[in-house]
Amino acid sequence: MAEITDTTALRGLFRRRTARPAAAPEPAKRVQFDRPLLPWIFIAPQLMVVAIFFYWPSVQAVTSSFYIEDPFGFGATFVGFDNYRDALGSAEYHRVARFTAVFTLAVTALSLGLGLLLAVKADAVIRGASAYKTLLIAVYAIAPPVAGLIGMMFFDMHIGPFVTLASWLGWDMQVGIDYFDTAFAMIAVAVWKQIPYNFIFFLSGLQSVPVSVREAAVIDCRNGWRRFRTVTLPLLAPTAFFLLIINITYALFDTFGIIDVMLKDKPANNPVTLVYKVYNDGFRGNDIGGSSAQSVILMLVVFALTILQFRVLEKRIHYS
Amino acid sequence: MIRTVTVSALALAASLAVAKADDATQIQWWHGMGGKNQEVINEISRKFNDAQSACALTPVSKGTYEEALASGIAAFRSGEQPNILQVFDAGAATIMNAPGATIPAEDLITQAGYGFDREAFINGVRYFYADADGKFVGMPFNSSAPIMYINTQAFEKAGVEPPKTWEDFEAIAPKLKDAGYIPMTASQLTWMFFENFFSRNDIQMASNSNGYDSVEGTTINATDPDLVMMFEKLKAWHDEGLFGFYGAGWSDNQAPFEQDKVAMWIGSSGSFGGLQQTAEMPFSAVFMPYWDAIEGAGTNSFIGGAALYAMAGHDEAQNKCTADFFQFLTSPDVQVFWHKSTGYVPITNAAYEQAKAEGWYEEQPVAEVGIQQLSLPGGEWSKGYRLGFYPQIRSVEEREFNRIFSGETSVQEAFETIKSEGDKLLARFAKTSG
Repeated sequence: MAEITDTTALRGLFRRRTARPAAAPEPAKRVQFDRPLLPWIFIAPQLMVVAIFFYWPSVQAVTSSFYIEDPFGFGATFVGFDNYRDALGSAEYHRVARFTAVFTLAVTALSLGLGLLLAVKADAVIRGASAYKTLLIAVYAIAPPVAGLIGMMFFDMHIGPFVTLASWLGWDMQVGIDYFDTAFAMIAVAVWKQIPYNFIFFLSGLQSVPVSVREAAVIDCRNGWRRFRTVTLPLLAPTAFFLLIINITYALFDTFGIIDVMLKDKPANNPVTLVYKVYNDGFRGNDIGGSSAQSVILMLVVFALTILQFRVLEKRIHYS
Repeated sequence: MIRTVTVSALALAASLAVAKADDATQIQWWHGMGGKNQEVINEISRKFNDAQSACALTPVSKGTYEEALASGIAAFRSGEQPNILQVFDAGAATIMNAPGATIPAEDLITQAGYGFDREAFINGVRYFYADADGKFVGMPFNSSAPIMYINTQAFEKAGVEPPKTWEDFEAIAPKLKDAGYIPMTASQLTWMFFENFFSRNDIQMASNSNGYDSVEGTTINATDPDLVMMFEKLKAWHDEGLFGFYGAGWSDNQAPFEQDKVAMWIGSSGSFGGLQQTAEMPFSAVFMPYWDAIEGAGTNSFIGGAALYAMAGHDEAQNKCTADFFQFLTSPDVQVFWHKSTGYVPITNAAYEQAKAEGWYEEQPVAEVGIQQLSLPGGEWSKGYRLGFYPQIRSVEEREFNRIFSGETSVQEAFETIKSEGDKLLARFAKTSG
């Protein structure tokens, strides 16, 4: 998902047919192919990549989810929906699912909010602007496991400076033992890692707001907050919508590296996300069937979430 | 992706380093070790390649133990398995319950024309990687035992002696606390206080002879009253400030010992090499304690670490090379070299005798504690355990142990959860072979 850098790429993906203009498309924009096969040849490499790296594994996951299988592939018992029942019926799975929802909401809201705040402030800076921007963007270059490692050291119970800081405030922080403290540290590191990404997009979004519009707004309204809310924010909406989807995907999937490093290979009673549980049961526990069922559930959740976002939210957004 | 590239690059580098004439039979060894241990593995492979010309061995690190097992499984399913795969103790049931995946080490060695003497191996390793008839399926390799490290300064200050039993511990711990120390911490409670609670106190860990007889209907004995008592004690000691618990991470519990804040730390016999560099104070080691009150307690601990498995599906020439390497690996010289360089115990009696004769234990008395504990008289229940999906059961144990010490659950409730989730996982595992 991270390769999609242009919001227009998402435009119309799930747009309903009725939204399409009734008039025939303008001939100038239509590309003509002499032979019907040619366009298929052009998209064949892309289709093959999707088929090999997405559809084929998905079909495998769905198949495996109905079996309890020997890891080496010698035997398998068909168990119908047992793997799904086991997963959805276990208290542990519910706990992980609840945490994943809270984690995703918190990470998305905080990293979008802080990214926007910093972008608005950086946009207003005149002297030394590029230094500020470079400093804010720099974190984006850090790989998730390295970010996890840095976070782990900051929150280390023996040497972590944040733990010392918290103790001054009377907070006996025990990352790795206390469920809440570990969740706090994980969210802090995940947000810290994602802010620069949101910052870049919001900043470029802000800079593409036409000067004439800004000036007109200043004449009409003296209240800066109101100007931001009624003029700038609606113009940023397409960027924000794109970032919302990217951030939810990030929180659900890409935070795996951070979580894995911060838990030091031992989840114990610490909070983990659904993706981490899929990995833990499948790769460390060698339970292919159970892990497949969980990944299918996750796939369905993400699918539903994406459709919902496009259906509900995209209606309210006006692309320029 | 980056990881794959790095691993392939390393594999390439390793293969270049040890590559030899093209006519030599090439065999691969996948393992889960990094750092110093990986260097020693490369060194052993180089020695093997230099010692003969028929075979060329390439060692490849696949990351951690779990990653090595997962890679081996994935490779086997696509027909690309290595000749030798290192599998850790908790994964033993996974690979041993897939008989078509491996050639039992003992068969491999006898088919290659060598003799195989089970009695040549030290007591503690003889059964763990063997089948119910005692035939070696895995080749014991890096073997360790949980032992108790002693901060000698702390004991001098408190004027007490290291404990043999938990009763002794209860008597001395308050004095160590008064001397300004946290009396005890321990890493990886699953290994120390679950699996090896059963072995050191000679208590049955699971039905079906600890899981050796059959996967069908095996249940875990997690609600054993003595085991629950052990954790009631640990929790009480924790609340009285006699036992420090810093989560499931290994090093979080080791660090305060290194910093001279803790008087006793239960770690691996393989930890002493690292401790020599990191500990700020002099230290020694003793056996891991047992309960004097439990009849028959004081038996040997289960072997920890990992074993090597010869993967099936290779031609005879390669299997012969694998057998040659196993022979080479168990020779006293190689065992003593491995023992001295890493801290893992020698696995044969001959190697142990040789290390003794060379005076290694006068120089490093701590290095002998692990092997002595593994060589203690065995009991009916100290031979080993064979439980499917055990890595997942360990995760459940870790979760519940954390919840005990954070006060989220009672000890009794925690072990009932471990029992019910553990039994469910064992029943699931029984279905995998269906």
